[in-house]
Amino acid sequence: MAQLDSKIPEGDLKDKWTNYKEHQHLVNPANKRKIDIIVVGTGLAGASAAASLAEMGFKVKAFCYQDSPRRAHSIAAQGGINAAKNYPNDGDSVYRLFYDTIKGGDYRAREANVYRLAEVSNLIIDQCVAQGVPFAREYGGLLANRSFGGALVSRTFYARGQTGQQLLLGAYSALSRQIGLGNVEMHSRTEMMDLVIIDGRCRGIVTRNLITGEVSSHFAHCVILATGGYGNVYFLSTNAMGSNGSAAMKAYRKGAYFANPCMVQIHPTCIPQHGDYQSKLTLMSESLRNDGRIWVPKKKEDAEALRKGLKKASDIPDEDRYFYLEERYPAFGNLVPRDVASRNAKERCDAGFGVNSTGNAVFLDFKYAIERLGKNVVEQRYGNLFQMYQKITDTDPYKEPMMIYPAIHYTMGGIWVDYELSTTIPGLFAAGEANFSDHGANRLGASALMQGLADGYFVLPYTVQEYLADQFNVKRINPKENAEFQKAEKEVKDYIDKLMKINGKHSVDHFHKELGKVMWNDVGMARSKESLEDAIKKIQTLRAEFWKDVKIPGSKDGLNVELEKANRVADFLELGELIARDALHRNESCGGHFRVESQEEGEAKRDDDNFMYVGAWEYKGENQAPELHKEPLNYQFIKVQKRNYKTGK
Amino acid sequence: MAEGHKSLNLTLKVWRQAGRNAQGQFKEYTVKDISTEASFLEMMDILNEQLIETADPDGPVAFDHDCREGICGMCSLFINGRAHGPDDDITTCQLHMRKFNDGDKITIEPWRSGGFPIIKDLMVDRSAYDKIMQAGGFVSVSTGGVPDANAIPIPKPDADEAMDAAACIGCGACAATCKNGSAMLFVSAKVSQLALLPQGKAEAAKRAKAMVAKMDELGFGNCTNTGACELECPKSVSISHIARLNREFLKANVKD
Repeated sequence: MAQLDSKIPEGDLKDKWTNYKEHQHLVNPANKRKIDIIVVGTGLAGASAAASLAEMGFKVKAFCYQDSPRRAHSIAAQGGINAAKNYPNDGDSVYRLFYDTIKGGDYRAREANVYRLAEVSNLIIDQCVAQGVPFAREYGGLLANRSFGGALVSRTFYARGQTGQQLLLGAYSALSRQIGLGNVEMHSRTEMMDLVIIDGRCRGIVTRNLITGEVSSHFAHCVILATGGYGNVYFLSTNAMGSNGSAAMKAYRKGAYFANPCMVQIHPTCIPQHGDYQSKLTLMSESLRNDGRIWVPKKKEDAEALRKGLKKASDIPDEDRYFYLEERYPAFGNLVPRDVASRNAKERCDAGFGVNSTGNAVFLDFKYAIERLGKNVVEQRYGNLFQMYQKITDTDPYKEPMMIYPAIHYTMGGIWVDYELSTTIPGLFAAGEANFSDHGANRLGASALMQGLADGYFVLPYTVQEYLADQFNVKRINPKENAEFQKAEKEVKDYIDKLMKINGKHSVDHFHKELGKVMWNDVGMARSKESLEDAIKKIQTLRAEFWKDVKIPGSKDGLNVELEKANRVADFLELGELIARDALHRNESCGGHFRVESQEEGEAKRDDDNFMYVGAWEYKGENQAPELHKEPLNYQFIKVQKRNYKTGK
Repeated sequence: MAEGHKSLNLTLKVWRQAGRNAQGQFKEYTVKDISTEASFLEMMDILNEQLIETADPDGPVAFDHDCREGICGMCSLFINGRAHGPDDDITTCQLHMRKFNDGDKITIEPWRSGGFPIIKDLMVDRSAYDKIMQAGGFVSVSTGGVPDANAIPIPKPDADEAMDAAACIGCGACAATCKNGSAMLFVSAKVSQLALLPQGKAEAAKRAKAMVAKMDELGFGNCTNTGACELECPKSVSISHIARLNREFLKANVKD
């Protein structure tokens, strides 16, 4: 089995990536045409990788489950993208972005990867502007910036509240150009069902066409998974309905290690849940915390009156409002990192100060910003977010404060990759949210877009080429004439038959919702040994029930949405257990992972002596306990400290 | 959340069509106790759970959706004769049941446009929009070797107007609403966004010509300025962009 070699290049932190690029192996242009690359997923990481590799001369095949590559869930990112440009002259630098990201991640990410991320961040902004991405600008015509959580500088570039959309459409336009030129073969409405490994190397994938139901195989010299995060294991999340962890789980079962699965981000500012029929949660961008002030009533009787609808927020005078983030963390105030903001919201609600009819909400108030800046400025900055909030809740956030509550948003954990973004399976790479690499135990706001595009535009084009430098002699394989491909295809078909044959009583959503409840209650914002052990048992029972009692109507041939969902939920039922196991073994609190046993004066207590490592899980077979491998984190360039968001120094 | 949510009992008249070449027809279903706080698609989820439970011969209703927050452009649906239903400036997934009354009969149809063939029930094939984008909806720039992002100042009003156009989500409501089945609003949004920015200017005329030619080739109709597209666009993309497209298109033809 593969060893965990992170392959960090030698040299000073600042020189590692430069050294890597200067010494890497290249493929000559004539040989690039002989090489096929598969990219699964067309979000920021996938689309940018597919476009860049095709521009270089490789032959690319790209796959997505949506009807168009333009719809991947990167599109829903609202707030912005970080870069160390220091245009506002407020003291930013590559080092500071690197440092903030490592610290924000609670010292559980690799130094070299994060430094590279900060280093290429500036190139991303240049690239996007060149593509025609309409970033917000000042009246002088130069780019505008704003602040995000966990930073004391303004380094976030944005396009109104639709930054993810505009960046994705930029990558999609580059991808479209390459499709038009014939360099990328695009397969939409197609789901990856398995990987094909030949002689220890990943050589292709098996797919199901979601319209025709046809199962087929595709060869490539290497495969890149850019399939996003697995937040939907919790059923309710801010992810798209189709977002799933299946590609990652298929890779895991084929030998790719799964790193830090318990590190899941719970975003503090989402619209609270309102009913059992609810299908998803909607995020309100973190950028709102620039101008919105978070509070709950100081008096329990006020909270009760608010819950019963006997009082409105505007009835509570300023002196009776507890701006708990501003008071507890004066240096960062409302802009503390997400994990800190989420935990504090939960703490206040659990203590009986929550608002909304459920008691599970806090206020995010723009009254003060409107007084300070005027309604027009607030509207210019957040107009589309306010409109979205109003459409969903039927209340006007210009008049009444927003009500928000934490929700599952992003997964820092993912497929283990080394410095080259290579998984433990040679020839299989993972990029963007699908890998675990850069955010440690907590991701800072506006860093997901940065990482997705860094991986796709500026990392993979180098590291994939390094891998392929001795692969041009490998002749293209015709899957129809290859035993390994045929075997993999048959296994996929058998798996689909097995699902279809169950013909039980309950819909796929029934099981997904049950799983979501277990995950949220027992593997959510506060985790304990008891809750996690309990969760593992419940998930195992639920999984057995699923395989006995799920009902998938219709046929495997042709469009069958329930079959698509069943395939994804079957994987979630395994992934949920893996998350719980990882959370159980990590008996410390770090970033988004909070163990109730590990705290100090109400704050999370990290245990660097015992847990300063990446936990990477190896699949050992169906219903077998996976094996844990540890990649120690050696901080050579920064001093590991306790995270402090209370004082300025 | 808003006070006083209510429950609705509704009759749904839904277009069912087994496949692209199959004969379609309306079928009626009833759903009960739908909360006014639920979204329209959550109401459709409830209908589908019901159809699975009762083993309905047509199975659950197929419809496109993904992000459910109004940005991916995957959801569609004509609801009571309007693209994205009876509310303005939103997509179907953002429509909430409080817009309906107890006892309502709601008619639900797919996009009906020559350019968007039906795949199943309410799901249509919008790959034509991707093909139009592939014909020219980009700046011909490859990764790397580009100037600093602040090298070229762009006047804020131009950047803002480009952003207005770039807000297009490619959902297809414009072509589905247009009596001519024209995709001009979609095409103009991209042409206009890129023509407004210095980075896109070099290819502006060429881009307009290539995208319009592809639109024509794919069977979309011509624009007769009825303005219906602008009215139904969930992102309020203005038909003034069609005027800019026409100017760029004219320039390209004058040059030829």
